[in-house]
Amino acid sequence: MNETLALTESTYYILLSLYTPQHGYGIMQKAEQMSGGRVRLAAGTLYGALNALCDKGWIIQLPVESGSRKKEYKLTEKGLQVLQNELERLRQLVANGDSVLNKEEA
Amino acid sequence: MRKSMTKWFWAWDFDKEEEWLEEMARNGWALDGVSFCRYHFIKTEPGEYTVRLQYLPMGEETGDYASLMEESGAERVGRMVQWVYYRSKTANGPFELFSDLDSRINHLNKIASLMLIMAILNLVIGLINSRSPVCLGWINLVVVSLLTYGMGRIHGKKEALEKERRIRE
Repeated sequence: MNETLALTESTYYILLSLYTPQHGYGIMQKAEQMSGGRVRLAAGTLYGALNALCDKGWIIQLPVESGSRKKEYKLTEKGLQVLQNELERLRQLVANGDSVLNKEEA
Repeated sequence: MRKSMTKWFWAWDFDKEEEWLEEMARNGWALDGVSFCRYHFIKTEPGEYTVRLQYLPMGEETGDYASLMEESGAERVGRMVQWVYYRSKTANGPFELFSDLDSRINHLNKIASLMLIMAILNLVIGLINSRSPVCLGWINLVVVSLLTYGMGRIHGKKEALEKERRIRE
């Protein structure tokens, strides 16, 4: 799979949330908070994405601590690289959008 | 106050089933349990709950997913074969199981795969049965036709989502 393709918004926010280790519900809260309430990841969507991202090696599951029944996830080096490439791509998107749409004001 | 109703929905009409359960909830009857073709309701305030159902094979309903659901405020109402029913208080905000097109398409794919496996099995069994003197093969072929129709319906829903997916998430 070509890994320079654009990430979906769900994937982007999941990866970004996992810059520090989080469990599933923590990711939902973080994504919602970062997006000012706009991005509400649903449980089915998040769960499927977490499995797919683990398979890709962009995130890993941390060993479950005794006493806790919830799994925590964390971004890997590879995942961080993907996120940085995406950020570059997004910067270009914003710059191009700005230069076209705000041309008259400038 | 409680009541139960008998109703049949084909697996490919799960969205209609969900709509019906939503209508019941809007009228103050929240889903409280499921058994074969039977829906059990409990009297609530009109619209107190939002109801959703998901195709979720037994093995995929992990403890992790269950706790994720619970924490996001959803209540698991029950399971009927491969389907799990959830409800959530409307006051907790909008309740959805999927928040993007990809996961909705994926959900439909899983339903279609099960139907395909069942259709192939029935076709094989039907061919074997057609050689037996009792002539029960036609039952399997009826099932195969039904499943084929169902797969067509699921495919239609999937296509509509995929068309949308070509331009947005």
